[in-house]
Amino acid sequence: MISPTENVTLRQAQGDAPKIVEPTIFDLSSPGRIGVSFPEPDVPRAELPKSMLRADLPLPELAEVDVVRHYMHLSKFNYSVDGGFYPLGSCTMKYNPKIDEDTCRLPGFLFTHPLQPIETVQGNLALMYELQEWLKEISGFSAVTLQPAAGAHGEFTGVLIMRAYHKSRGDAKRIKMLIPDSAHGTNPASAGMMGLQVVQIPSDARGNVDLKALKAQCDDTVLGMMLTNPNTVGMFDEHIEEVCKIIHDCGGLMYGDGANLNALLGIVRPAEIGFDVMHFNLHKTFAVPHGGGGPGSGPVGVAARLADFLPEPLVGILEEGDDETPPLFGFIKPAKSIGRMKAFHGHFGGGFVRAFTYIAMHGPDGLKDVSQYAVLNANYLLARLRNTYRVPFDRICMHEFVAEGQFEGSDVRALDIAKRLMDYNFHPPTNYFPLIVHEALMIEPTETENKDTLDAFADALIKIAEESKTQPALLHNAPSTTQFGRMDEVKAARDLVLCCWLPEDYEEHR
Amino acid sequence: MTYIPISPKERDAMLATIGVKTLDDLFKDVPAKHRFPKLDLPPALTEMEAAAELADIAASNENVRGDLISFLGAGAYNHYIPSVVDHILRRGEFYTAYTPYQPEISQGTLQAIFEYQSLMAALTGMEVSNASHYDGATAAAEAVNMAWAQFRGKRKKVVISPTVHPQYRAVIRTYTQGMELELAGDDGNADLDSSPEELKSLIDDNTMIVIVQYPDFFGRIYDYTKLIEAAHSKGAMACVVANPTALALLKTPGEMDADIVVGDGQPLGIPMWFGGPTLGFFTTKKSFVHKMAGRLVGETVDSRGQRAYVLTLTAREQHIKRERATSNICTNEGLLALGSAVYMSVLGKSGMKQVAELCYHKAHYAAEQLSKIEDMGLCFTEPFFHEFALCVNQPAEEVNAHLLEHGIIGGYALGDDYPALKNHLLIAVTEMNTKEEIDTLVDVLSEASHD
Amino acid sequence: MNAPSNLKYTKSDEWFDPSSGAMGLSDYAQSQLSDIVFVEILVDAGDTVEVGSPIASVESVKASAEIYASATGKVAAVNKALSEKPETLNSDPYGAGWMVKVEGGDPGDAMDSAAYEKYCAERTH
Repeated sequence: MISPTENVTLRQAQGDAPKIVEPTIFDLSSPGRIGVSFPEPDVPRAELPKSMLRADLPLPELAEVDVVRHYMHLSKFNYSVDGGFYPLGSCTMKYNPKIDEDTCRLPGFLFTHPLQPIETVQGNLALMYELQEWLKEISGFSAVTLQPAAGAHGEFTGVLIMRAYHKSRGDAKRIKMLIPDSAHGTNPASAGMMGLQVVQIPSDARGNVDLKALKAQCDDTVLGMMLTNPNTVGMFDEHIEEVCKIIHDCGGLMYGDGANLNALLGIVRPAEIGFDVMHFNLHKTFAVPHGGGGPGSGPVGVAARLADFLPEPLVGILEEGDDETPPLFGFIKPAKSIGRMKAFHGHFGGGFVRAFTYIAMHGPDGLKDVSQYAVLNANYLLARLRNTYRVPFDRICMHEFVAEGQFEGSDVRALDIAKRLMDYNFHPPTNYFPLIVHEALMIEPTETENKDTLDAFADALIKIAEESKTQPALLHNAPSTTQFGRMDEVKAARDLVLCCWLPEDYEEHR
Repeated sequence: MTYIPISPKERDAMLATIGVKTLDDLFKDVPAKHRFPKLDLPPALTEMEAAAELADIAASNENVRGDLISFLGAGAYNHYIPSVVDHILRRGEFYTAYTPYQPEISQGTLQAIFEYQSLMAALTGMEVSNASHYDGATAAAEAVNMAWAQFRGKRKKVVISPTVHPQYRAVIRTYTQGMELELAGDDGNADLDSSPEELKSLIDDNTMIVIVQYPDFFGRIYDYTKLIEAAHSKGAMACVVANPTALALLKTPGEMDADIVVGDGQPLGIPMWFGGPTLGFFTTKKSFVHKMAGRLVGETVDSRGQRAYVLTLTAREQHIKRERATSNICTNEGLLALGSAVYMSVLGKSGMKQVAELCYHKAHYAAEQLSKIEDMGLCFTEPFFHEFALCVNQPAEEVNAHLLEHGIIGGYALGDDYPALKNHLLIAVTEMNTKEEIDTLVDVLSEASHD
Repeated sequence: MNAPSNLKYTKSDEWFDPSSGAMGLSDYAQSQLSDIVFVEILVDAGDTVEVGSPIASVESVKASAEIYASATGKVAAVNKALSEKPETLNSDPYGAGWMVKVEGGDPGDAMDSAAYEKYCAERTH
């Protein structure tokens, strides 16, 4: 019945007004200040529609320097990949190459309108076409759409495609989606959005899908299965081909959550081991920066029999080229398309250009290196930590692993360990996920960290384990060296202050 | 070229610690017959080569800041973005951070999003805003999801104006495939001259939400107060898809008592970027906040008594509520929400209004000049903002082809979405279009009308 | 943990009071959920509920739960005040925290308090 709780309840003594570290942009406003001016109109002024004008526009008034200082101050409160190690499991917080920031801002990309005549945007279309082809080659799928905006959006796209496929065959009774207990929450939510019945499949003692439990659920009402592989405890499922076969044998389709693709580049093509659909996370695997929570980009690859159901439009070749002339690229609509997933063509500038740059610079060998070193780094950390932290599924892992953040006879929890890591200037691992591990600490170092950083992180975790015995209060009260301490989350949810405004006496207040 | 900072010597030491000999030994769980496929990809480029190749690709486009004059809008707009916006976005502290799940070390992102929510609520005249959705179209689809959750699936009808952006309507159709809904009004063959109040006849006790656009797809400005009142009288919700630039000037959907206001934030300091990424804003009334999908930042205090911000009401979201969540949405468009917050902050009260008025005046000048051309004229007579439908009395595609020969991207050809308007262009004019550009458009179109 | 002996309990942690027809969330469940910040009652007076059918949705700071009917019967009243003060579920789960009252409610094979206490104890270890 109950989803996991972090048991963090921290109430602030009532009464005192909180200290303000950085005022809001509304607090900083002063009537009459100007940030940007625009030219006077070079055309005659038209009459405004008086009855439809708004009386007041309660936005702040600031000079440019006020705005720059404010956001500069705010930026300093953030931890970031540029600033340090960010071993967030399942999130692939790798270093974001700086060149990508330049290529995605080239004027030819920034200033093209999505509805321009295709003759004027052949560069954009060629880039998209090439990226589709590259993602096909990397994953083994027959067709790729770049349209989905993020991983969860890609999942939704994939589930719509699976449903449309069954429906087109007149098979309407398939309403069950099988999802392992270790899955990301987006998996059941994506299936839930389609009104499907979600059936949870347990994991076995080695972290694989429990084959017996899986078989028990397989019948002709199974629409498919959504599986992350490597799974969320960092294990490559030892029976993956068998799992796919069991699903296929009952007429279902295999959905791959591509969140963990960083372990598989040049290692294995998901389509070749039996997946029918998979989303890519360009913001994880291909170094598109996470931006403090988006934008992401979640292209979807599908097997040949599902290609006709992809969302519209795809980029295709309208006229073949020859030695002298390049092909003419344009948009095509798949024959039985599920429709459109968003306006326009996907996250072109922020996603496709950066991912294209990244793949072009890595080439086939570089991509394989990415995955090999991501797995090396994870296994190195695992080797250094397994004697200090209990690792419930302890064998060679892929690009991440899960340890338990609790110790025999101690009331220290994963949350305390996570917060204490901040005092050592590390970002904490993902905690309390996956749900199947108690007090989970899910550690994904990525390939872009050197041995010194990994050693320093392992040393810190080992020291924290020691502190949990000798000075547990240090952990319960952590972090203590950061600008901000733990938050009163209950107050936030009960008081629900979701906006700030200009003060009521704004015009007079200064 | 890779970004792996590990020397061969260090690698070997690490392999020894792990207890394996080679990197390949780490992959024994992968079925042998599929292990290590040879990827047929172009050989790796150095940074210098990649920079040159990408520059070539970008340059093979014709952009609308130098190569071409453009009057395209239809959901993406060419606005000036002050330099300061990108300077802030380029700070690694912002763009290389993750979702602010650890609030102690994410207050930069959290406060910026809180300010974005505040600015968006002020602009739309609503009580609360979430941290953003993918784009305007998906935000509109999330409005339908929210209404579905509000009525727990008991009401099954969505009334949607045919003058909501055709791609937004398409996305709503895609999103709702599993809900077995009736989408009433979603018809490009409808009478486009009719007043939005005629949608009232479609609203009944089974209606969960009514969706209109403001200004509508043809740029027209309507007061939806009475329509919204009619929706409420049947117990239905009302959603307004709004253009944020127009909201700096016009009566807000909040004043019309809308329950939800959504739209695309691209005009607020986000480059067109061939259509994405942008952001979808979503604002609503406080009473609906528990049904709203997406991340939400709230104010609180930390253990040291400092004002601070956290992601709040997270138990609504998919990572906890799983299949019972209103939506599967996980990300917001965080960096672009920051960009929009910087844009709105630095333009402020006066700059935002100035941009809206410039668009309005220039669009009206263009409309006036264009309608003087023989055989051409405005399609509708209602007040409009910065877009209008122009009847060109010949197939719009042919007119556009002619304009392109003169270095002009004309308007959006309306015939595919609205068969009755095959001789019509949707013309958008922003502060970026000079009088000279408008006059050039008029001149070239005059010639075309005489051909 | 508190489980009054006059009440019946479900495996999904709801209680039922045979004398008043009231049902709600157990003390064990509220403590597991921690600070409850949102309650939505999903049924109205006049509806019929069955053991196991959803009657409410509850969200705390870190968790969410669906609450199921602990007895079959016709809904006589719902506790509208809860949505204004969801924290009542934490402070008084068996009193002011009642969610729904049914007429002639049949709790089926619900547990008595001793069995429920044992059931909860098993889960905490």
